[in-house]
Order: sequence, then C-alpha cells, then structure tokens
Amino acid sequence: MIPGPRTEDHLPHTALAAVKIVIVGGFGVGKTTMVGSVSEIRPLTTEETMTQAGIGVDDNYGSDSKTATTVAMDFGRISITDQLVLYLFGTPGQERFWFLWNGLFEGALGAVVLIDTRRLEVSFDVMGRLEERGVPFVVAVNSFPDAPRYPIDELRTALDLSPEIPIIECDARRRASSRDVLMTLMRFLHSLAMSGALT
Amino acid sequence: MTPPQRKRRLPRPELVQPPLPSVPPAPENGGEDGDNKNPERLYVISGADGARAELDLVTLIVARADPPPSVTPEQAVLLRLCLAPLSVAELSAYLNLPFSAMTALITELITAELVQARAPIVRQALPDRSLLEAVMHGLQRL
Repeated sequence: MIPGPRTEDHLPHTALAAVKIVIVGGFGVGKTTMVGSVSEIRPLTTEETMTQAGIGVDDNYGSDSKTATTVAMDFGRISITDQLVLYLFGTPGQERFWFLWNGLFEGALGAVVLIDTRRLEVSFDVMGRLEERGVPFVVAVNSFPDAPRYPIDELRTALDLSPEIPIIECDARRRASSRDVLMTLMRFLHSLAMSGALT
Repeated sequence: MTPPQRKRRLPRPELVQPPLPSVPPAPENGGEDGDNKNPERLYVISGADGARAELDLVTLIVARADPPPSVTPEQAVLLRLCLAPLSVAELSAYLNLPFSAMTALITELITAELVQARAPIVRQALPDRSLLEAVMHGLQRL
C-alpha cells in the first residue's frame, strides 16, 4: 500500500482540465526516469487488467491465452496553470499491451519515443504503432555514455522518419533536458496545428 | 557501424482516432499573452451529463459532498481523497485499484452526485493552438 497524497500533491480547486502526453520506447530506455525528472509529484503507478477479450485484439496472441495480464504504467504530473494540468505517462515493458489500454493514446496530445542507440530496434514496433494510429510523436535519443553516437541524419534514415519529425538528444535524468524534449514535442504539435490551419 | 533499419508504417484508418468536432475558435482578445484567457473554453468538451461521460485516465475528479453514511468504506476513502481534484489515474494509484475498477467506482459516485468529473481536453482534428501555447508557457517555467 502506497502512502496517500501529501497536501502538496493535491491540485488546486481551480483545476478544470488535464491533457496528457505518453512517453514510449523499449524496455530500459529511461521512460520512467524521464517522467520522474520533470514531475511535480513522486511518480505513481496505475494498472489495468487486460481481459482475454482485449488480448484477443492482438494478432500475435494464441487461443490458449485465458490468463489476464496486468499492465502497469508510471505517470507524473506538471501543473501548467491554476486551471490546466499536464500528465505524463511512461509505459514500462510489455509494449504490445499499451495499445490495448483503451484511452491511453486516444486523446493524448502526442508522444515522445525515447530511444537508446545501443538498441535502436526495440523502438521500431512502437513507432510503427503510433504511425498506424496517427499519433504525432518526436524522437528523443537518451544519451547513455557508452552508446554509439550517430549523426542525426543517419538516425533519421535508420528510423525512416520524415524530415519534419524532430529528433533530439537528451539526458532523461536531467529535468531541464526532459523539459526540452517536451517543449520540442509541443513546438512540433504547434507547427502541425499551424499548417493544418492553413489548409 | 551502421544502425539497424526501420521501415515507416502508414496510418491505418480503422486505428486512427475519429476526429472530434473542433472547439469553436474563441474570440480574439488582442494583445495580452494571458495564461488565463477564456477559462470557460476548458468546459467545452465536458458533457452536461457527467454520468455518461467516459472516464479518461486524466479526467479530474472532485468530491461534491462529504461521504454520507450510505457509502462503502472504499467509496468513503475515495471521497476523502478527492476533496481537492485528482485524476482518475492518481486515484487508481493511491487506492491501488486497476483503472477499470476505479472507473466503475467513480461512475457510481457520479450517479449518486457525490463527485464531479472534469473531462480532459483531448487531441482534436485541428489542435487548439492556444491550448498548445499555454502548455509551452507552463513548461518554460519549469
């Protein structure tokens, strides 16, 4: 049992609405670290139990899958104004189940795909799933000291990303760096909104 | 060393979220950079009938009344937790209940008019630029 919210963990009564951003990537690339570095609350974990009906949507799953699967998600919070709150969801492990969690990506402003250049390929599937769902995303390279460093152009080619999708380097442990990643996503979403307004 | 190569995927219409009706643009009130302009716009997406509203992870829940004697102990704990607004996700974490169990519990309380749900702002066909700008201003202050 985790302790309840401290006084400062409550939102002001003026809080009217929230928005969310999802941070995705392969196992161990630092998603939870990023959530924790910018969150104003101690990161929390919520869970969902996937029933067989939900799991059946996934075409990789066999018919012997009677067991329910629990999917956990870490999240943090940033108060934007007295009225508006931003929630960040980081999705640990089990990536193919994230997309069965109804409402996780639906309605999210966008996503950050966090990658580790030592294991670039672990993020391929999640990027494809975001593309299939039309969820806008930016790519953040979590710079581990011993990771190979590729020029951004080479990464863009390897990840098969169109030129407008931002790719930035970050250190997910650092608040300012994680904040910059979120700002990059917001600027990208803003540019999408602007170009949409022109058509 | 050459990195592994990915191949981009195309949007699949059956998976893309159907566009929501855009929020009507607010009248321009020129000049100010206000974070708090047009607060009423935040209400636009919430339905009048809260009980039918689908609860999102980031729907904010706030108690409307003290726990009456009729509620279950679990509901009483929830009502005390959301004396000030908390998201469904936070309530789920603090009560250690899965999200779907949490939404069932909250729906009962909405029906009993013991809590109010404040619906999230979701991505729209055409994102609201002033919303995105408000988020950017907030992040800059971090």
